[in-house]
Amino acid sequence: MTWTSIFIAGFITYLTRMGMITLIDKDIFNENFRKILSYVPSVVFPSIIFPGVLLDDYGSLVTISDPKIYGALTAIVVGYFSRNVILTISTGLASYWILIFAQLKIAMI
Amino acid sequence: MLSKFQIFKIGFFDVAPHLLSVIPFGIIFGAIGIELGFDPIMTYATSLIIFGGASQIVFLQLLSGGASSLVAITSVGVINSRHLLYGAVLSEYLNKLSLIKKLFISYFIVDQGFAVSNNYFKKNSTQNFNHYHLLGSGVTLWLCWQISTIIGIFLGSIVPEALGLKFAIPLTFIAIIINELRKLDHLIVMLVSGLAATFFYNAPFKSYILISPLIGLFAAYLILKLKK
Repeated sequence: MTWTSIFIAGFITYLTRMGMITLIDKDIFNENFRKILSYVPSVVFPSIIFPGVLLDDYGSLVTISDPKIYGALTAIVVGYFSRNVILTISTGLASYWILIFAQLKIAMI
Repeated sequence: MLSKFQIFKIGFFDVAPHLLSVIPFGIIFGAIGIELGFDPIMTYATSLIIFGGASQIVFLQLLSGGASSLVAITSVGVINSRHLLYGAVLSEYLNKLSLIKKLFISYFIVDQGFAVSNNYFKKNSTQNFNHYHLLGSGVTLWLCWQISTIIGIFLGSIVPEALGLKFAIPLTFIAIIINELRKLDHLIVMLVSGLAATFFYNAPFKSYILISPLIGLFAAYLILKLKK
């Protein structure tokens, strides 16, 4: 089942790549449609980011002290100013791990 | 007059700086695939067959979270629909190629390759064999993506689960869209779709991943209307 899905998803992705180059006359896209398409990343990625940060594994809201929130905020601030992909991900992960580690310590005491 | 191989090499060198983000991203993807419980061959197969980093992560994440195949496949289509835009722009420069060549070169169209090759095409529009630039950048990115996925798959089987590597998924996507945060219209659209996704997260079959982008696109449509 998963294999079938991979092949179908791969085929659809390939269609998005070759469709405009081989099959379709690009003029069928009007200006408005192109503008809307340019928003696709801005609607898709937050749909993954927000639940990934604000919800736990069971789909309930996390508390304000959750390390994920501070990891994400760190990544946003670092990313905004540095414009560096690797730095954004690594500082976000590092702050998240530091907080998890600190919470573990406190729990042990 | 530059030879085909020379243009191919320019494509390679133009895209090389982008490898700095592509390679770590590939490693993260491979590791996440294993973390989510997929076997190494299946994780790698998505890199070969789908070959679209963000969509591969979402695809595996949704399937592991109990989404139906239909939802997972549709969201891959939505995420990768941006290639339509790239194709529409590139078709102008590739229209003289034979069908076979067009079909072959299409497989290598990815974000970073599109960005650098489109730049090159604009500057050298009269030159022959320009498509070798797109091949040079595309094949380079493809090779690095394949190799870094494999490295990530190995690392993923070593990294302990307690580290919560899954959190790298939202972080990676934050890094991808961070530049759009500077634009107010995009920022509003992001907040709308992000909050909608959080609200609809428990909808059946993980359909939040389709519902919330649609709500976001509707907000984008309204903004475009208001701007006029």
